[in-house]
Amino acid sequence: MTITQAQQEVVDEFALFSDWQDRYEHLIELGKDLPLIAPEHKTDDNLVRGCQSRVWLHADVSTPLDVTDQKVIHFTADSDAMITKGIVALLVRVFNDRTPQEILGASTEFIDKIGLRAHLSPNRANGLSAMVDQMKRYALAFSSNSTKHGSWSPAFLLNSCQVRGPGLWSLAMRTVRCGQRPWAP
Amino acid sequence: MHTLSTKATEAQEAARDTIRRHINARHAHEVIFTSGTTASINLAANSLGQLLLKNGDEVLISGMEHHANIVPWQMVCERYGAKLKVIPVTDEGELEPRRRDDATEYFTERTKVFAITHVSNTLGTINPIKELIAQARKQGIITVVDGAQAIAHLNVDVQDLGCDLYAFSGHKAYGPTGTGVLYGREELLERMPPWQGGGEMIDVVTFEKTTYAKLPFKFEAGTPHIAGIIGLGEAIRWMEDYDKAAMAAHEHKLLEHATKELLTIDGLRIIGTAKEKVGVIGFVIGGVHHYDLGTLLDQQGIAVRTGHHCTQPLMERFGVSGTTRASFACFNTVAEVDALVAGVKKGVKMLR
Repeated sequence: MTITQAQQEVVDEFALFSDWQDRYEHLIELGKDLPLIAPEHKTDDNLVRGCQSRVWLHADVSTPLDVTDQKVIHFTADSDAMITKGIVALLVRVFNDRTPQEILGASTEFIDKIGLRAHLSPNRANGLSAMVDQMKRYALAFSSNSTKHGSWSPAFLLNSCQVRGPGLWSLAMRTVRCGQRPWAP
Repeated sequence: MHTLSTKATEAQEAARDTIRRHINARHAHEVIFTSGTTASINLAANSLGQLLLKNGDEVLISGMEHHANIVPWQMVCERYGAKLKVIPVTDEGELEPRRRDDATEYFTERTKVFAITHVSNTLGTINPIKELIAQARKQGIITVVDGAQAIAHLNVDVQDLGCDLYAFSGHKAYGPTGTGVLYGREELLERMPPWQGGGEMIDVVTFEKTTYAKLPFKFEAGTPHIAGIIGLGEAIRWMEDYDKAAMAAHEHKLLEHATKELLTIDGLRIIGTAKEKVGVIGFVIGGVHHYDLGTLLDQQGIAVRTGHHCTQPLMERFGVSGTTRASFACFNTVAEVDALVAGVKKGVKMLR
């Protein structure tokens, strides 16, 4: 299933609910299925800071058994607010175990389509908008540095771009730092 | 000089006089227009800092200040080597002094400025600022009042309060955003240096030296928010059509009703239980995140504010990451309070 198909699946799933209460109850339930971040990764370095609700995000890169020449990113996460956690669970469900290229090319429009757009607005006082940026940043980091394995924290990503020399990685990270999104159309 | 500009200036100055009358300032030129309380306090802090603060001096604030009445003072204290001191807050959300209206124990001979909020935006506490100001003035301390939360709910009489400076925002007084006022006592404003330079605030400019305009223009560099100011004047006139004491009594009735009803919810704790409060009720509920509750209330058409309310030190004082805060204005009704309570109950049920 492609990311687009996975997103459509979410949209279809939410279309079953006719009122806000059912929609939010479903979202809260989804939050309970979120692949939880391991305690040792639930650190300040992995905290995506929002004003009100906090989100912890961790990424690992791995090679699926059936495809030896491809690497995919595996996310785990948590939040202290249940609705935030539900939306995080949706994003992780859609983005999980995808290649960096797939993640970089994906939009988050499906969140608008299920009526949760307000939660992703950059003005909104939560970590969600920053979290999407962070997922893309992981993807960018893993895609432009194919020899690297293992797991990196947001702090590492932000720090490392200061010390690296010129190259695709450095240019890309500079763009991220300036607040532009290289993955935007 | 043309008809339209003259009309605009006249309307702006009429608004200034309306505001002067509303807060009972002696002169219209004691009313300085700004973009809001934040800008007013930044003006006060920067100008007073330059006028008064030396290495080792002290600025006194309280533990229930909005960031707008903390950060500007921190910035000028750092610049001049002064210290920022803080009056602590009790569990009820009142000022810590042994007698709640006596702050003299916090004044030292190095205290130059005492900046205090009239009403806490987070707790709703009404501070006894008249008494506090009198004590400060006796020791020659300049007093600055953050009146953002008071202007629409209390009778503000700057001469009766005796404060040196009083700041408020237009949008808290049913006026437009982007407008605000800094009231200042004439004698002090005359001594204070201008903060921002530019057009309108000058008398004569040469490349060698500039002399400044008279009050209030000395403090109003740049083109003012003329349309907004006229709107603010009208909002104040609208408020004056009603009896402020009756408005306050109505808001108090809503507060009491909401307090009683919200406390029936299991695990709900009100943050801010001072004896004297305006119609603001902030609360936390065990096991419920304020962001979740705020979202579910929003879905029910109920507008509350959630989070730290720009008072992070106060959140730390109460050991919470944020609160859900309902605030009542003169136009709210008992039925709306009931809808709030029902909405909170529904939200809690969904989240637990």
